[in-house]
Amino acid sequence: MVTGAPSPGSGLRFEDVVVRAQPPIARRGAPVGAPPVILDGVDLTIGRGRLTVIAGPSGSGKSTLLRLCNRLEIPTSGRVLLDDRDVATLDPLELRRRAAMVFQRPVVFAGTVLDNLRVAQPSIVAGDAATAIESVGLDPALVARRADDLSGGEAQRMCIARSLLTDPDILLMDEATSALDIDARLMIEQVTRSLGDRGLTVAWVTHDLEQAERLADRLVVMFAGRVVDDDAAAEAVACRSFAGLAAAIDGPRSPTGRTDPADGPS
Amino acid sequence: MSTTAIGLGGVAAALVLIVVALVLSFWQQLHLEGSILWAATRAAVQLLLVGSALAVVFAQPASMWLAWLWVAAMVVVASVVVRRRAPEVPGALSLALVALAIVAAVSMAVIFGLGIFPLEAQAIIPIAGMIIGNSMGATVVVSRRVVGELSDKRPEVEARLALGQSWSDASRPYVRQAMRTALLPQIESTKVVGLIALPGAMTGLILAGVEPRDAVLVQLAVMYLILGSVATSVTVIGLGLSRRLFTSDHRLVRLERVTG
Repeated sequence: MVTGAPSPGSGLRFEDVVVRAQPPIARRGAPVGAPPVILDGVDLTIGRGRLTVIAGPSGSGKSTLLRLCNRLEIPTSGRVLLDDRDVATLDPLELRRRAAMVFQRPVVFAGTVLDNLRVAQPSIVAGDAATAIESVGLDPALVARRADDLSGGEAQRMCIARSLLTDPDILLMDEATSALDIDARLMIEQVTRSLGDRGLTVAWVTHDLEQAERLADRLVVMFAGRVVDDDAAAEAVACRSFAGLAAAIDGPRSPTGRTDPADGPS
Repeated sequence: MSTTAIGLGGVAAALVLIVVALVLSFWQQLHLEGSILWAATRAAVQLLLVGSALAVVFAQPASMWLAWLWVAAMVVVASVVVRRRAPEVPGALSLALVALAIVAAVSMAVIFGLGIFPLEAQAIIPIAGMIIGNSMGATVVVSRRVVGELSDKRPEVEARLALGQSWSDASRPYVRQAMRTALLPQIESTKVVGLIALPGAMTGLILAGVEPRDAVLVQLAVMYLILGSVATSVTVIGLGLSRRLFTSDHRLVRLERVTG
């Protein structure tokens, strides 16, 4: 399922990525002013075979950054590259199986745990499904259980197992523990850490700086739609707060009406 | 066979019931007197206009060309109504135009192709009216439900997309639910037809002096026709609309929820 050695390739690279909010498509009338900027010119590389944590406050654009990687969103300008290939040129369905995502709230589909796993791998048999959930620390007997009956932590681990069934080489974790209690949170961290140690590339988004420090092979801090420099990031980690970052950001990067990025989805 | 023409005098007498409604509204201070008067007047003007227009179409020899033009106009008007009642649905007007045109074409091909009713203006217009009227209601319900389901279930849809499912696989369970919701009321009303209210076509035929058995047979054909038409429009909208709510690279577009 997860290969023992880091996959070849240079990982994920963001080149001057800008994302503006899109209005709903049925809305009548022209939008007032320029749409809010969610990502404001991000340059970043997420290397292979490491666990990279992207930390930032709500609305800093970190979830959007992650959703660009599997093309649940597309940049307004700039490029996102996976192993030196622009993700816009890849088949989106194949891309999403290579770059698997786990969401903030455990997403449970109707039916049993096995039914859930079959969404990722329709042909899976019960035995393989049991192995899959055992690999994330769940009791294999849960395979036949209604997925609705799982606790939050169990459900999220099932989601990780489900994502791994697409045989990804990158795992995108989008605030995957923020809806869980502390025990479940630590369990998910441990599962993910061991996946990282076995060579899976992990991008972990969180607003929790303690968690970030606990997990990260490499830590990236975002604020107001931008990646802050290493000094500012180190200071944020040291004082366990994003509060000082507002001063570290040197005003709008582009003159074309950057508005409050906190309006964007986080 | 006795004909039932009530004449202007009959309508004038029926106005007594409007007066009753006005008195009740005044007595109970419902402040609906104006609305009642407006509704009664508007209904009279509309129906008189439609009646004179029908008289032109049905004039001997009845104009088939005008009858089909009438059907086309009904499709357009119904589609405009769909757009107004489903403002949060992107492209509702064009979707409804396509769906209602398909439904009208398919249902009328069956009805007239099999010779269930004779292909003449006097049959084309009322039958098309029933097909389009009922399909219009179902079109509003299914299009709003599809947008509502996909908007409410966005996390599930996106999780499915993130697992590599195509837009059609990822949306299928939710679109299916929306289609069931839109179709069930029509199935229910087909089940209980005749138990509570006598349906319109049958009532009209009986009032016009047709034998009840003959009226029932016509009504049955009409009910089957309507159920088939509603199922067709629900399917066309369900599939067509869900396609529109995804980009070509399998992303769910941002949707607007309008409550109510």
